[in-house]
Amino acid sequence: MIVTAVLLMLAVAIPLLAMLYTFAWKYRAGNPKADKTYDPERTRGVFRELIWWAIPAAVVAVIAVMNWQSTHALDPYKAIVSDNKPVTIQVVALEWKWLFIYPAQGIATVNFVEFPEATPVHFELTADAPMSSFWIPELGSQIYAMSTMQTQIDLMASSTGEYVGKDTEINGAGYAGMTFVAKSASQEDFDAWTASVKQSQNVLTMDAYNALMAPSQNNPQAFYSSFDKNLYGTILTRYMPPATSSDSMPANMEGMKM
Amino acid sequence: MKEEIADDKSIFGFWVYLMTDLILFSVLFGAYAVLRGNTFGGPAPRDLFSLSSALTSTLVLLTSSFTCGLAAIAAQRGKRNGTIAWLTATFALGATFLTLELAEFSRFVATGASWQRSAFLSSFFTLVGTHGLHIAVGLLWIVVAVIQVRLRGLTPATTSKLTRFTLFWHFLDIVWIFIFTTVYLLGII
Amino acid sequence: MAHFLFGNLTWGSLPHLWYTEGATASIALMGIAAAAALTYYKRWTWLWKEWLTSTDPKKIGVMYIVLASLMFFRGGLDAIMIWIQQAMSSGASHGYLDASHLQQIFTAHGDIMVFFATMGFLFGLINLIVPLQIGARDLAFPFLNSLGFWLYAAGAVFINLFFVVGGEFASAGWLSLPPLAELQYSPGTGVDYWIWSLQISGLGTLLGGLNFVVTILKMRVKGMTLMKMPLFTWTSLCSMVLVIASFPVLTATTLLLWLDRFFGMHFFTSGFGGNPMMYVNLIWMWGHPEVYILVIPSFGIFSEIVATFSGKRIYGYVSMVCAAISITLLSFLVWLHHFFTMGSGADVNAFFGIMTGIIAIPTGVQMFNWVMTMFRGRIRFTTPMHYFLGFVSLFTFGGMAGVLLSIPGADFELHNSLFLVAHFHTMIVSGGLFGIFAGIVYWFPKVTGFKLNERLGIRAFWLWLAGFFLSFTPLYILGFMGATRRLDHYAVTAGYQPYFIAAAIGICLIALGAITQLWQVVVSTKERKQNQDTTGDPWDGRTLEWSTHSPVPFYSFAVTPEVHSRDAFWETKIGRKELPPPGISLSRREAIPPSTKKYEDIEMSANTAMGIYLSAFVFLFGFAAVWHIIWLMLAGVIGAIACVIVRSFDEHTEYTLTAAEVEKIEMARKLP
Repeated sequence: MIVTAVLLMLAVAIPLLAMLYTFAWKYRAGNPKADKTYDPERTRGVFRELIWWAIPAAVVAVIAVMNWQSTHALDPYKAIVSDNKPVTIQVVALEWKWLFIYPAQGIATVNFVEFPEATPVHFELTADAPMSSFWIPELGSQIYAMSTMQTQIDLMASSTGEYVGKDTEINGAGYAGMTFVAKSASQEDFDAWTASVKQSQNVLTMDAYNALMAPSQNNPQAFYSSFDKNLYGTILTRYMPPATSSDSMPANMEGMKM
Repeated sequence: MKEEIADDKSIFGFWVYLMTDLILFSVLFGAYAVLRGNTFGGPAPRDLFSLSSALTSTLVLLTSSFTCGLAAIAAQRGKRNGTIAWLTATFALGATFLTLELAEFSRFVATGASWQRSAFLSSFFTLVGTHGLHIAVGLLWIVVAVIQVRLRGLTPATTSKLTRFTLFWHFLDIVWIFIFTTVYLLGII
Repeated sequence: MAHFLFGNLTWGSLPHLWYTEGATASIALMGIAAAAALTYYKRWTWLWKEWLTSTDPKKIGVMYIVLASLMFFRGGLDAIMIWIQQAMSSGASHGYLDASHLQQIFTAHGDIMVFFATMGFLFGLINLIVPLQIGARDLAFPFLNSLGFWLYAAGAVFINLFFVVGGEFASAGWLSLPPLAELQYSPGTGVDYWIWSLQISGLGTLLGGLNFVVTILKMRVKGMTLMKMPLFTWTSLCSMVLVIASFPVLTATTLLLWLDRFFGMHFFTSGFGGNPMMYVNLIWMWGHPEVYILVIPSFGIFSEIVATFSGKRIYGYVSMVCAAISITLLSFLVWLHHFFTMGSGADVNAFFGIMTGIIAIPTGVQMFNWVMTMFRGRIRFTTPMHYFLGFVSLFTFGGMAGVLLSIPGADFELHNSLFLVAHFHTMIVSGGLFGIFAGIVYWFPKVTGFKLNERLGIRAFWLWLAGFFLSFTPLYILGFMGATRRLDHYAVTAGYQPYFIAAAIGICLIALGAITQLWQVVVSTKERKQNQDTTGDPWDGRTLEWSTHSPVPFYSFAVTPEVHSRDAFWETKIGRKELPPPGISLSRREAIPPSTKKYEDIEMSANTAMGIYLSAFVFLFGFAAVWHIIWLMLAGVIGAIACVIVRSFDEHTEYTLTAAEVEKIEMARKLP
């Protein structure tokens, strides 16, 4: 789609530039031919002007249609259709590292995320930090992670591999170091990996999380065998008004979902 | 003739300024609309606003617009004393409006509903407070205008300034109508 | 007691880092050098009377351009520092700047280039030329013009003030998005300096915009209807309409951020119900029109230049006006394209993407009309024409990059990458800056009475073009490779370094280009007698400004011109039955000799220092606000109000230049 758009625009741009350089050369003041054709009062040609309102308009119209269609097709909120059941991973942008929580698997990681290949991965994102933007360039779109709200994106790796992930929105001094590794593995390898993380000594209690939340740069990867069950909900509602009921999560989280 | 041209330019320029001020208020209205529901567990509009006090303020301000209009008519007719009298009335009413507003603000703050309590309150105090600040500037303007009319009479220069003042005052009145409607009325109903 | 007097100021606020000490020393040295020169040449009174207190737009215009040039070099220095850091900081090396410092530098670079360099140049050119183009002797509100300039100057001082007091600037990017810019994550004074330098200069900009709109709409000479105005005046009008419509949004939004930081309010905080996304929307509602404010006047400048140097009327004048107006209107409908990635949903994203693409249409139309103006013309390749050719060549590709970015699907990959950085620099440099450079060279003889050295001008152009190409093509490529912007360090495996090094070489070429431009001014001043413009019309111009003498006398027009058509000045030149050699003006054959012209009394605006005093009080208020010195804030407000009141009592704001005096000055001019 990008290629089509570029070619369409070049179809207008190249003739324009060709005309520019040709006229510049042909009608330069030193050229005797320029004297012969000098036409100081030639200023209008309704037909001609209509052409160059119409041609860019036509190109833009085509691109607009492509724009509409591709925007809907690539909507981060659109679920990826697949035979494989999606894996849900919750992402929390912190100062200056990424926390990944696997609700179904019961594990958590820092600066490393693994998922099975050819499987839709449904990311739910929030932040306990200034606005950050979650991006794995080789897998697709980026999406902002912002505090007090939840955004989402579905990504899918078609094969196995290791990819670089990063933050693209400046969020403080440790911004450039806020990279992570994303790995897509076969289903068996993924299951083996989750099992091994389950053996980890580290547990992400609320206290451990609060320590993690403190600003730090260039964090090494970390793996937690379990996490406090209210962790993600607490982070998401951290800046919400104090709950009136005994339940620590507000009854309706819909308002925070983007 | 020369004064007419200068007057025309000044008034047109003043209209342009009023439009920029309107855009500024629009942003404040927009922020209020977005943040109105964000009470963060604190007092909501319904808990704070009193229709009677808002109505009183509105009537006071509307009346001041009326006296301002009378001042403009007196100035047009060259009646110096009349102009000063109606301007003074406008000042009195404007000062009353401002006093009522400050009283309302202190009532809120005393109950803990300050601008720091929630986003709703921040946007309320800013929107209404900015309007109040404009009123205060208007009051100062009346003082200066009255002094100038006293000292120099109703010259083309002073009359032109009075015209611009009345535009300013009526503009603030209109903004207040919007505030009254969107903040107080919609907040209470 | 100390806290009451000094607020949050402490001894630690004074310079103690290598760059704050260095900058403070440089500022002090420059100040001392200037003061010494003024004293030695006994020019203090001259400076005060002839320049600082003037309300003459021709003087104010020059002051804008001088200050904008200074700020331009400051911003350029920032750019060089960024490039060197990025070329160095790969793998084990972390360059010579730490992350926080680099972040302050690129924040300052953006704000200075947008608010102080480009806008300063534009306001300078508009002040100098638009009144002349419409046959007006002054702006609608001369005092506001002076005040606007001094507020801009106060803002320029303010944005540099942190070097001397405070030691840190905002480091959250040129627009300081919350929550990063809130107290929670930016507790220092940096963001406060950012807020107030923009507020103070923004107030000046707003006043200037208001002034220009009223002037253009109300003070055109008799016979000049809107559709007979020169295109530079049209585009200035469009740009200034954008200013008055969008700057109040900036004022309001930065005010709300300040209220959060100073009064503990919660517009954009992370908690208490604040909404940072609202800031992003508001700031870009201003921000997008702002970038059009920067480039639309340049379109007008190029229209004048292409027409003049092709010896032809601009092709498709009505189309050009329609294009300028449609770009102006459309610029309000596209702001969300700056944050497609914030998750607004496909319908919203697609709408804004499509609206953004639509702006390409009038822009393309203008390109074709310019090219058709060249068709069957007799083109002279002066320095301004070089800049035009460079502009079209670069802007076309930068614009294509922009259309690409307007497709959310593509933007999801390119947002906040170096591709984006390359795109907007292409637009602002080739669109805004090249137009400004071309305009300065083009109108230089009108303002000063002598032309700039052509050879050095063309050399500077090629350095700029080659340098720009070398600096930013690597960035487009890096963007496609996934490189993010604003990085202070990156891994070796990313493979970015060679590109950054190439780009660093490019910036050196640009720096040489800028130095050549400065050198050009110096050399041209030295050899001004050879390049003197004796006719007032050195380029065979078409519009009214060329009908005045060069340099323009303080009353601009001895006799108000009469206008009957577009290209009003061209029409007055005697009928052209034979083809004159290109570039020779025919204006010497004036229809009416000076002695028989009918002179009239002219009302001139008097000098005033009130703009300086008012701006000084506003400056004090801003400084006090940054440091929480309450008594000084009050003093600033009271002082500013007092200035306004005193000014309102002033009855001697004008003086009359009698017809006899005008005639005397005119007759005394040496005719060639």
